[in-house]
Amino acid sequence: MTTPAPPRELLALHGASVSFGAVDALRDANLRVHAGDVVAIVGANGSGKTTLLRLLHGVVAYSGRREVAAAAGVQAMVFQRPFLLRLSVWNNLRLALWLAHRHMPRQERGERAMQALRRVGLATLRDRPARSLSGGEQQRLALARGWAVRPDILFLDEPTANLDPSAKKEVESLLAGFAAEGMTLVMSTHNLGQAKRLATRVVYMDGGRIDTDLPTEAFFNTGAQGRADLFLKGRLTWAIDV
Amino acid sequence: MTTFTDILATAFGLVAGADASLVRTVALSFAVSGSACFFAAWLGLAAGAWLAVARFRGRRVVLLALDTLLALPSVVAGLAVYLLLSRSGPLGSWGLLYTPTAMVIVQTMLALPIVAALARQVVADALRDGGDQLRSLGAGPLLCALLMLLHERWAVVTLLLIAFGRAIAEVGAVMIVGGNIAGFTRVMTTTIALETSKGDLPLALALGFILLAVVALLNIVIALVPRSNELHAAQLP
Repeated sequence: MTTPAPPRELLALHGASVSFGAVDALRDANLRVHAGDVVAIVGANGSGKTTLLRLLHGVVAYSGRREVAAAAGVQAMVFQRPFLLRLSVWNNLRLALWLAHRHMPRQERGERAMQALRRVGLATLRDRPARSLSGGEQQRLALARGWAVRPDILFLDEPTANLDPSAKKEVESLLAGFAAEGMTLVMSTHNLGQAKRLATRVVYMDGGRIDTDLPTEAFFNTGAQGRADLFLKGRLTWAIDV
Repeated sequence: MTTFTDILATAFGLVAGADASLVRTVALSFAVSGSACFFAAWLGLAAGAWLAVARFRGRRVVLLALDTLLALPSVVAGLAVYLLLSRSGPLGSWGLLYTPTAMVIVQTMLALPIVAALARQVVADALRDGGDQLRSLGAGPLLCALLMLLHERWAVVTLLLIAFGRAIAEVGAVMIVGGNIAGFTRVMTTTIALETSKGDLPLALALGFILLAVVALLNIVIALVPRSNELHAAQLP
């Protein structure tokens, strides 16, 4: 009997730290992301979730070591407040595809953009100014933009923050679909219910450090200790939302 | 003695009758200031975008100098270009002094810092908002800055109109390097100055009306510049 091959490692941090002036936003972070992982980063406000995401994605200066495998060459990030250019929905998507895949033929970019719009249900709004969309639609467009470039890893910074319940549900269902297709997702969230539903692993951040890194079931059932356990029980900042 | 109403009536007559000398002066003014703005736009937008993302030793000094040049006195610019283009100057052999080209050069010098400094500010502000997103998508620093110029295109139109307003309303520098030669380098502002000193107030007033109308039109255009607009799909790669 052969044992299954371990999942490919896409990204790893070794003792990585991030400082903003005199403030240490993230200290001595060690983390590995494997292909097919859905990692939820949870923690209180200011615990370093967004900084960890930005570090993993490589858009922030850091000290320590960050290793990116060749298989993680294409990455995308959906920010908490998606930034959309003052262009149409369609042109925002095509521009993102052009930036990520400069050599892709124009026609293929168009097809890919259309697929992405259909995927998030915005095909009928393709000619609308992107910035005139509602908050939920803008977030769906940002997801479409992330998905369209077919990233090896998609980073999401609180993708459902500031959305109404139905928009939250729509976005969550899209993310579940991406994960089901095998896309590697790394997301920060305040919503523990969402982490429970979507993630395969939960990373708990506390005071700029990675406090706990466990499979989802273990994190929510038995594994969380110390401040992570207090956090889960709502004795720190956030109550569980299931 | 000519009354003020007579002067006004004569001035309106010149405008309404499209007086040949008036039209020639207005056309030259637009040609000189339009060309200066064209060159200042290309150079200034590129420089502004680059300065918004470039990090190099002495950058703060460059930015300080650029901000200082925003208030560059036009006669100082005129004097500098005069010294460059005068027969004994380093570029004297080009024979450009007292030509419209010299006037374009000096007006470009005056408009360039406005375009560059304001474009840098516009791009820097936009990058604070969305720079990470564009970098995340794979854009390098300069491409990020250029995309932000596209994103903030209506702010860019506004700053170009401001630069054009500065150029067309300028008098001292073009007087120094253009020489105010009738039919050749005489523009609206220098004509107004000359005709007023000669006491020919109707022509000065007529040109004053036109200059005022141009400035008013620029302000109206700035006010009407849409806050958002979409480009057609074909304009993007």
